[in-house]
Amino acid sequence: MSRNLPVLVAALLFAAGYSLCATQFPAFLTTRVVGNLLTDNAFLGIVAVGTTFVIISGGIDLSVGSVVGFTTVFLALAIDRWGIPPLAAFGIVLGAAALFGAAMGALIHVFEMPPFIVTLAGMFLARGAGFLLSTESVPINAPLYSAVADLSVSLPGGGRLTLTACVMLAVFLVGGVLLHATRFGATVYALGGSRHTTGLMGVRVGRNTIAIYALSSLLAALAGIVFSLDTASGTPLSAVGVELDAIAAVVIGGTLLTGGQGGILGTFLGVMIGGLIQTAITFDGTLSSWWTKIATGLLLFAFIALQQGSVALAGRPGRAARLRPEQPVGRPVEARP
Amino acid sequence: MRVLRSGAPQLLAFAAVLLADRLASPQFLAVHLQDGRLFGSLVDVFNRGAPVALLSLGMVLVVATGGIDLSVGAVMAIAGAVAASLADSYPLPVVLAAALGTGLACGLWNGFLVASLRIQPIVATLILMVAGRGIAQLITEGRIVTFASPDLAFLGGGALLGVPMPVVLVLVMLLLTLALVRGSALGLMIEATGGNARASALAGIDTRSVTVAVYAWSGLCAALAGVVAAADILGADANNAGLWLELDAILAVVVAGSSLLGGRFSLWLAVLGAFIIQAMNTGILLSGLPPELNLVVKAAVVLAVLLVQSPRLSGLTLLLRKP
Repeated sequence: MSRNLPVLVAALLFAAGYSLCATQFPAFLTTRVVGNLLTDNAFLGIVAVGTTFVIISGGIDLSVGSVVGFTTVFLALAIDRWGIPPLAAFGIVLGAAALFGAAMGALIHVFEMPPFIVTLAGMFLARGAGFLLSTESVPINAPLYSAVADLSVSLPGGGRLTLTACVMLAVFLVGGVLLHATRFGATVYALGGSRHTTGLMGVRVGRNTIAIYALSSLLAALAGIVFSLDTASGTPLSAVGVELDAIAAVVIGGTLLTGGQGGILGTFLGVMIGGLIQTAITFDGTLSSWWTKIATGLLLFAFIALQQGSVALAGRPGRAARLRPEQPVGRPVEARP
Repeated sequence: MRVLRSGAPQLLAFAAVLLADRLASPQFLAVHLQDGRLFGSLVDVFNRGAPVALLSLGMVLVVATGGIDLSVGAVMAIAGAVAASLADSYPLPVVLAAALGTGLACGLWNGFLVASLRIQPIVATLILMVAGRGIAQLITEGRIVTFASPDLAFLGGGALLGVPMPVVLVLVMLLLTLALVRGSALGLMIEATGGNARASALAGIDTRSVTVAVYAWSGLCAALAGVVAAADILGADANNAGLWLELDAILAVVVAGSSLLGGRFSLWLAVLGAFIIQAMNTGILLSGLPPELNLVVKAAVVLAVLLVQSPRLSGLTLLLRKP
């Protein structure tokens, strides 16, 4: 029960927030707003799926935003300047990103470096590589791009489900199956519970760590493709700070940052709650954009506090203490009888 | 002597970077006195490196307890916004007290989350990192607030005995922090907390207060860095002030050889680390290479330093993996 509580709270919060918005702005009840909510958050959602895997495995990936940025600028140059067909360029960038993620995973595993700092270096590297390719925004004029822009499924009531939104939904679906119904998914949870124990059980920790980070970078590159399809341009500055939005969405969706617990559905709700806040602020018109950041921060705090509370309530003090060895534990010695 | 020996790799690295800068630009080491202030590329390295040096003074203590403070950039923006909006209507002491007080409050909040609510440091400070920039924009109402107060501007552009004020402030803060943590048992307690929090608590160290104290100090240092950055440009830009500087500060601490797992730290090496990074930045600019190369070089440095450290880390890394 306590395992599903955060997801339940996120779902209730989303439902309550949506109804509140609907009473204020009747337009929220149209499929148009729903379609836009899905489209606008498509690339963040795709990134967040990868982040969910990494966080459940007990790691963190700070490089995803930079990989998105690199992907958009690479695609723009490859398609527009170097004349590579778009689909081939997609393949190249997906492969390169997967290799990049695999390299980070290998560093983390082989040299036992903290994931936080390795992916931080990856963040610098990918962003720097993007800037070295081009410092400006490059437009993409491929026929495929204009064709994709018109491609959408019409919803009853005037809304459109664009291709990018469909891609996001597909990624969530595939990610959900991969995480919840395969051996790889079970390994991800096991790694988050305890790397050491997982290794002792005979699971190949290294291979799986590399796969997790490769998956995260691969999805970031896919998000970059979606981003470039949406904007029909590429700039190395795109998606700055998206890694933090993705982490926030994952946490709001009830995934434990210490790893070992969480799920894809929660992440979907987390992304949608973030999108809802943004849409509501846009609809309102009087609130300024910075309220988005403050509201996200407050939500983040509320959900982390909820997590801490539910972990404490789960009544496993031994586990809780073991999970956070770097933090001050317990009381002074004289408190003991 | 012992102090110098422990910092030999960093000093050598700094000398090597400066030498490379000198090769890239022949006038690099030329320093001249004008209008009672030293000028020159070398002085510039220290001047521009001052905000990150201030940040790294706080960051190194946080890292020594095994934590991390991602919010320092956002705290810089908040403190800069507070200072810039008050500068023209209040005297300097009030402005400084308000800005530093705000930073201290931010640090206490982080410390409360980490020490009392037991939230992972990365996540606890992520909250303020996300919300802080929003708060800074709230203070400046989304505009870039400018000021004309010469008193505050002196902190950014003035000079004391020819030394630019930001550098003076770094030195003052370095000495003050050294006196606080090395002049008392506090430094030992910080290292003990980072080494093994549970054992320290059992040994009678109030680890909770130590943790709160280091985050509060980090907030204070970040606020001072924010004031210096605002004074430098005579305004506060809530969007860009201190953006990504938390990463530079962490990098400075890594370069200083402090273990990211906590347990040991060196204040002056952290400051030196900040200046090494700035010397690399300046060198890339002077040599005419694209400034974008900066990020790639930083990434290479982080990886190189970590690779050097990694055999030493290996036994302890499991501790960090689990959280």
